[in-house]
Amino acid sequence: MSRYIVRRLVQALPLLLAISVVSFAILKVTPGGPLAAYEGNPNFTDDDRIRLEHAFGLDRPLPIQYLSWFSGFLTGDWGYSFASHQPVLSLIFERLPATLYLMGTVFLVVLLLAIPIGVLTALKQYSAFDHVVTGATFTFLSTPTFWLGLLLIIVFGLDLRWLPLGGIATSGAPFDVGDRLRHLILPVATIALVQLGSHVRFLRASMLETIGQDFLRTARAKGLGERVVVLRHALKNAAIPLVTIVALDVPELFVGALVTEQIFGWPGMGRLFWDAATRSDYPVLQGILAVSSTLIVFANLTADVLYGYLDPRIRYS
Amino acid sequence: MARERFMQHRLALASVFVLATLALLSALAPLLSSYDPERTRLLDLYEAPSGTHLFGTDSLGRDLATRILYGGRVSLSVGVLAVSVAVTLGTLVGMLAGYYGRFVDGVLMRFVDMMYSFPRLFLLILFGVFFKGMTPAVIVIVLGMLSWMTTSRLVRATFLSLKEREFVLAARAVGASDRRIILRHILPNSLAPIIVAATLGVASAIIAESTLSFLGLGIQPPTPSWGNMLRDATSDMEKAPWLAFFPGFFIFLAVVSINFIGDGLRDALDPRHAVKASQVR
Repeated sequence: MSRYIVRRLVQALPLLLAISVVSFAILKVTPGGPLAAYEGNPNFTDDDRIRLEHAFGLDRPLPIQYLSWFSGFLTGDWGYSFASHQPVLSLIFERLPATLYLMGTVFLVVLLLAIPIGVLTALKQYSAFDHVVTGATFTFLSTPTFWLGLLLIIVFGLDLRWLPLGGIATSGAPFDVGDRLRHLILPVATIALVQLGSHVRFLRASMLETIGQDFLRTARAKGLGERVVVLRHALKNAAIPLVTIVALDVPELFVGALVTEQIFGWPGMGRLFWDAATRSDYPVLQGILAVSSTLIVFANLTADVLYGYLDPRIRYS
Repeated sequence: MARERFMQHRLALASVFVLATLALLSALAPLLSSYDPERTRLLDLYEAPSGTHLFGTDSLGRDLATRILYGGRVSLSVGVLAVSVAVTLGTLVGMLAGYYGRFVDGVLMRFVDMMYSFPRLFLLILFGVFFKGMTPAVIVIVLGMLSWMTTSRLVRATFLSLKEREFVLAARAVGASDRRIILRHILPNSLAPIIVAATLGVASAIIAESTLSFLGLGIQPPTPSWGNMLRDATSDMEKAPWLAFFPGFFIFLAVVSINFIGDGLRDALDPRHAVKASQVR
C-alpha cells in the first residue's frame, strides 16, 4: 500500500511540473509582465526599462527565468500583486481560510444529505418520494449556480428579510456564532443544492446496483436485520465509488466558490481571483491558479489511495 | 431499436420539443418582436411584466422578452458551436491516443490530466481578462479548447477496446490503411458515447458561457446574452426582480432540456455505459 502511495506521488510530479510551466507561461504571455505598472508613464524612459528588466532578470534566457521563478515559488516567493504591491502568498493565505470554511461546510452538508437521500430513493425505488427527489435533483443539476444565488438573495434576503444579503459576518459586530451561521446559510445552499443533485443520483444508481447482488441475499439468509443489511453491507459497498466522485468535485467546489463568493461578497479566494481578474493582476491570478490546481491534483491522489484502502478487491501491482 | 427506446423516454421527448421551440423562437426573433433589443427607451424604464412587455423592461427601457430571444441566439449557438470544437478536438486526440497507444498515448493522456487539473472557469476568466471581454467567436474557440478532455477519454477507451478485435484485424489483413481503419472501422463504433457526451457538453457550455458573461468577461453589452442580462439585473434586484428571474429561467430551461435529452440518448444508445452528467461539466 505505502509503495503504491509513493509511486502515485512520483507519478504526480511531472503533472505538477507541467502545471508550473503553464502557470509560468501565463505570466510570460501577459502584456507588460512586472513592468505593466509603468506602461504609459511619460517619465518611464527606455533606459529605465532596460535597467528594470535587468533588475527583474527579464533579460535572461527563458529557461533560467523559469528556474528562478520556480525556485522562488517553492520557497514561498510568489511575487507581488500589481494592484496592492503585497506579497501574493500572504494575500492568498489571508483569503484561503474563508474559502475553506465555505467549501468545507458545503462538503459536509452535501455528504450528510446525499447519503440518506440517495439510500432512501434506492430502497423506495419508483415511490412518490423517489420521483420527487429525482425531479428535484435534475432541476438543481441544471440550475446555474449564480442564478440560484440571485434567486435565494431575492427571496430570503430582500423579500422575506430572513437572512443577510452577503458577507461572512455583520461588519463591526462582535463575534457571534448565530450571526456567522446566518451568513453561511445562503452561500452554502447555493453551492450545495447544485452539487447535491449529482451525488444523490450517483448514490441511488450505485445503491440499486448493489442491492441486486448475491452477498446481500446471503446476509439476509443469515438472518441479519434489514437495518444491518442496508447500512453495514449495502451502503458500505455502494458508497465506495462516491470517493472518486467527491474528489472530482473539488474543481467544481472552487468554481462554485468563485461565483458564490462574488455574488455574496464572501471575502475568500474566489473573490480575490475575481478582483485580480478585473485589475489584470496577473501574479495573483497565477498564484491562485497554482494553488487550486495543486489542491486538485492532491485531491485526486487522495481519492485513488482511499479507494484502494476502502475496496480490498482492488489490488495494486 | 435505439429510436424506439428514445421515444419511450417521455421527458426526453418533451425536452426535444421545448428546446426546438426555444431555438425556433430565437431564430425568428426579428419576426416575432417589433422591439429593438439594443435601443434605449428612456420613457419605459423598469416596467413590470404586462401585456405590452411580456417580461417587463430593463434599466434602459428595453423589452426583456425581445432581449431574451436575441440572447438565446447567442447563448444557444455558442453552446452548440463550442461543443463542436470540443468534440472535434477530443475525438482527434482520443483516436490518436487509443489507436497508436504507447508513447503517443502516454503523452496525450498526461496532457489531458494536466488540463483536468485547472478549473475550467478560472482559465476562461484568464482568457477573458487577456482579451478584455470576448466576442462570441472567441468564446466558442476558447471554450472548445478547454472542454475536449472528456470526449478524448471516451474515444480513447473505445479505440483501446476495439483495435484488437477481429473485424479490425480483418481490415488490416486485407491491407486497409491506418487512416481507413480509424475512420471507417473503429470511429463509427464509438459514436454512441460521443453523442451522449456532446449533448451533455452543450448544457455545460451554456452554463460556462453564461457564467462568464455574468461575471462581465464573456459577451459584452449591448449584445444580449442570458448571462450578461443577469449581470445587469444584479443592481436592481429589489426594484425589478423579474430582470433577475427571466434570463436565468431560460438558461435553466435550455440546460434542463438538454440534460433530459442527453439522459434519454444515453438510455437509448448505450444502456450499459453511464456517463455522469457532472463529469462532463
